[in-house]
Amino acid sequence: MSTPDFNSRPSLAVGCRLNEKGQQSRVLHMPERALRLNGPSLEIIERCDGKRTVQEIISELQKLYSKAEPQKVEDDILGYLARLHDQRALDFISDQAERSTEAK
Amino acid sequence: MNPAAPMPLALIAELTHRCPLHCVYCSNPLEMGRRADELTTEVWSRVFREAAEAGVLQVDFTGGEPLTRPDIVDLVRAARGSGLYVSLITSGLPLDEARLDELVQAGLDHIQLSFQGATEESANEFSGTQAHAQKLRVLDWLKRRRVALTLNFVIHRRNIDRLAEMLALGESSCAGRIEFANVQYYGWAFANRENLLPTREQLDRSVDLLKRAEERLRGKIHVEFVVPDYYAKYPKACMGGWGQKLMLVTPSGDALPCHAAQIIPGLHFDNLKDRSLREIWEKSEAFEKFRGEQWMPEPCKSCDRRARDFGGCRCQAFLLTGDAAATDPVCSLAPQRSRVDAVLAAANGPAAESFVKPNWLYRPNPA
Repeated sequence: MSTPDFNSRPSLAVGCRLNEKGQQSRVLHMPERALRLNGPSLEIIERCDGKRTVQEIISELQKLYSKAEPQKVEDDILGYLARLHDQRALDFISDQAERSTEAK
Repeated sequence: MNPAAPMPLALIAELTHRCPLHCVYCSNPLEMGRRADELTTEVWSRVFREAAEAGVLQVDFTGGEPLTRPDIVDLVRAARGSGLYVSLITSGLPLDEARLDELVQAGLDHIQLSFQGATEESANEFSGTQAHAQKLRVLDWLKRRRVALTLNFVIHRRNIDRLAEMLALGESSCAGRIEFANVQYYGWAFANRENLLPTREQLDRSVDLLKRAEERLRGKIHVEFVVPDYYAKYPKACMGGWGQKLMLVTPSGDALPCHAAQIIPGLHFDNLKDRSLREIWEKSEAFEKFRGEQWMPEPCKSCDRRARDFGGCRCQAFLLTGDAAATDPVCSLAPQRSRVDAVLAAANGPAAESFVKPNWLYRPNPA
């Protein structure tokens, strides 16, 4: 498991998506499995939109959970993102890759 | 009285038993559903809505070959529209690029493409069809489309020594997951078991190879390996427990707790044409029969593992002992484990390797 780059932009991998709002519970669908999401995990996943950087997601959640120790929030998010990446649920888009796509 | 039924999580929709392939290990029953009895688009669409309302998260379209249904695109759209995650478990034929585009546009989330081997000759032998070249074409089309892909290699005695080639094929594709699934011995596979069960040496070598692959591909491709449970110490947690997570619907609409449940004598299955999905899930005799722990014999009843493996597989217990309520004989604690040991002894014995091409029993097509 490797720590994600703070400047990369996590995005849900192909075949992974949140179920619709308004269903009985929020889940992250993945090929052959699904993860039920509670408060913080849902807040993280909803921000994995390919636009926000890892650093931005951490800052937003530190504000949202202002009573929690900021370092603990950061560590938890990094661990969670790395686990989802290992499970092939997330891609980390680096700015360099984005530039090369734009150049095409 | 059994404990209240939990919510089902997944629906396995056997859309048809028709298939262009004739695999020697097909999990379909020996007596297959007829085309004339298949559920209509309308009934399936209602089943998807009822499933989503009952809490089901995902539907797996399987068969037979689901692509032989002319309404497959409409079925994908209906299932996705109901809020389900939609997987297509397919051989990759009949399919062309235009139809693949229609499926993706209709909301297909994930394709599980089956392979019978790494090379044309061997794959075609096990499937009884010229199918391998088409599968390679489908892999190529998928590289240019946004849909998740799992490759599923069906593994057995005659191809387990060629996992490295299969891995290479998988790595050259755009798959995010590769499954190496050893044949499970039900249906046609049970009939062909002596030609399919690998030796212990073959199995050990394959586990070794795949562990290294898993490590090497971590974060890129998820590698999954299903071992033949005859070699296990404890049984598999079949279907996550009888009537706990899954409902399988046959082409004609019978609701089953697992793929093979129809082999168990005296079990009555309700049909989705007559009753709602929730009613069947909560109340039908077939789902209640082995739900929970009431039915368990010893040694399961007092076993520490009973909440983990649920006494194993009811269909396997029936196939191997004649009693569906027996402890799954693959369990090392089962009174009838000797039956599995006898099968393993034959598979590992000196006379086990034959140079003669096996006399396969190929799966035909239903009427």
